[in-house]
Amino acid sequence: MDKFVKLTGIAAPLPLINVDTDMIIPKQFLKTIKRTGLGTHLFDEMRYDDKGGEIGDFVLNREPYRKAKILIGGENFGCGSSREHAPWALLDFGIRCVIAPSFADIFYNNCFKNGILPVTLPKPVVEKLMEFARGGNNATLTVDLSSQTITGPDDKPIPFEIDAFRKHCLLNGLDDIGLTLQKAAAIDKFEDHQKLSQPWLWSAAV
Amino acid sequence: MAKTLFDKVWQSHLVDVQDDGTCVLYIDRHLVHEVTSPQAFEGLRAAGRRVHRPEATLAVADHNVPTLNRAKGVDDPESKIQIDTLAANCHEFGVPYFAMDDVRQGIVHIIGPEQGMTQPGMTIVCGDSHTSTHGAFGALAFGIGTSEVEHVLATQTLIQKPAKNMRIMVEGDLAFGVTPKDLILAIIGKIGTAGGTGQVIEYAGPAIRKLSMAGRMTICNMSIEAGARAGLIAPDEVTFEYLKGRPFAPKAGAYEMAVKHWKTLPSDPGAKFDSEVSIKAAGIAPQVTWGTSPQDVLPITGSVPDPSKEHDDGKRQAMERALSYMGLRPGTALRDVAIDAVFIGSCTNARIEDLRAAAKIAEGRKVASGIRAMVVPGSGLVREQAESEGLHKIFLAAGFEWREPGCSMCLAMNADRLNPGERCASTSNRNFEGRQGRGGRTHLMSPEMAVAAAVTGHLTDVRELL
Repeated sequence: MDKFVKLTGIAAPLPLINVDTDMIIPKQFLKTIKRTGLGTHLFDEMRYDDKGGEIGDFVLNREPYRKAKILIGGENFGCGSSREHAPWALLDFGIRCVIAPSFADIFYNNCFKNGILPVTLPKPVVEKLMEFARGGNNATLTVDLSSQTITGPDDKPIPFEIDAFRKHCLLNGLDDIGLTLQKAAAIDKFEDHQKLSQPWLWSAAV
Repeated sequence: MAKTLFDKVWQSHLVDVQDDGTCVLYIDRHLVHEVTSPQAFEGLRAAGRRVHRPEATLAVADHNVPTLNRAKGVDDPESKIQIDTLAANCHEFGVPYFAMDDVRQGIVHIIGPEQGMTQPGMTIVCGDSHTSTHGAFGALAFGIGTSEVEHVLATQTLIQKPAKNMRIMVEGDLAFGVTPKDLILAIIGKIGTAGGTGQVIEYAGPAIRKLSMAGRMTICNMSIEAGARAGLIAPDEVTFEYLKGRPFAPKAGAYEMAVKHWKTLPSDPGAKFDSEVSIKAAGIAPQVTWGTSPQDVLPITGSVPDPSKEHDDGKRQAMERALSYMGLRPGTALRDVAIDAVFIGSCTNARIEDLRAAAKIAEGRKVASGIRAMVVPGSGLVREQAESEGLHKIFLAAGFEWREPGCSMCLAMNADRLNPGERCASTSNRNFEGRQGRGGRTHLMSPEMAVAAAVTGHLTDVRELL
């Protein structure tokens, strides 16, 4: 996983509530057995017409947002399915940070596994950033994970909250599995205990 | 201290707790399907890792499988690669796998319980958001992404933070003609699609106690549509009876020991919940969705809402967008909305009880002309059971197609999908834009309501047909 330390880039405004994972990456693109190559299909049904032509109005089809590194959305962003194809598609497009008033749990979690930073901010602050992002080329945001701040509209940094462990993993690009395997002895101990206390969980497995 | 059901299951699965509260949680059972697992197995291979506990894992292909002429194989080349990849990965890593021609094949959330793999007090995960279904047994069950699928395969654990406890009390009895699907849709309508975010919802109260396991699974299934991490229902005699004798349930001797443990799981009297909601079951009428979010739901007696009466800008814009997508005008009576297609199936409503309820309405009636209607059983065993009861004959005589099991038109990853502009009465769980096919329009409802719509040709109050 790539580290996330500090990101400066164009922010694309997507002022919709309940942006679901079917919108982010429709199911016809879930048939891949790879993690890469999904960027072209990010927001596919909003981005292209029936014949595959670009829909000019859609934010990611407009300059300078084609190069957006940050996406600003509405409440309950990423609701719906558990498909990790949603953060994979964002990442493949080049988006490393999503800012919204709230996120659906699984999507939020999936972002961290892929080096994407989801930032939750109060609705009025997100609206202010959304307005700023409409300014296009002049709308560059800097997201600094170490100091937990976003700088953009004025020079006053906007602070955000983040779980300390997740921050640590993102800053260092740490692999969760590697970390957990360091606790293999604790897992063994747990299993030995469960075999005695709830033996049916071990005898009746598939 | 008095504990909730969630607290008990959570605490009994902690392998490690860091100072900052981050936990390593042990996972008892892991369900795997073809769409969210290839990259996870690839990750294991790249790192030279093995599956920690293959026998606690069960794999099945469900999302992509054809529901017609299955003996001929899979036509779509991409679907075929994904299904073949799952079979090859299971073979390589020693994971038990139900192949497409196995009668036990079916939708992953239907077959886990059906096989007795889902049991009270367990932790269960799957790379699929509707894993919440298994909470109906008092198991802590939730959907995960592919990176976490890989994490569970490699370690049989997950890195997690505890959720908050929410309780939804459903008082009284459901009225005549009102089903568990109506209840969960009404709950989502009340608390919203983000109402359960960060929380595990325990459904409790007299109306829940009276539900069969099938009804409880329908309720817990859609917890994710309420934004919750998981849904839970305390296990009781109904649960224990359901599990008895199933292939992977504890055998005689072990079963009694398990039941003794399962009886300790319900929330203690006085256990504290972070939030509580109370709903009167009697006030709920059959529900249908009108928009593109499961919270866009109303009683069938209602009318399409008017966005101009919504004061919140974001909500009004979302309503306008939804009505434009759905091709509906404010003020139209819901029962005047004509449909083109009917889908009876999905992990929400494709169990034998659902098919029996649907067949009861379909019996002696005909699907209205011009309507494409299909019944897709949740598993090969459900299909077999339905056929032994003659339900397929009722559906076929009424003009429904009788299909082979799979996720089918719930998410339209296989050939079963809506055409642009087609309107569908569906027993599935999501009415998002494009969910059942690009431009397709989905109205969520119970199996009984879907049959009622099929035979009249428009959204219908099923109580008029009872």
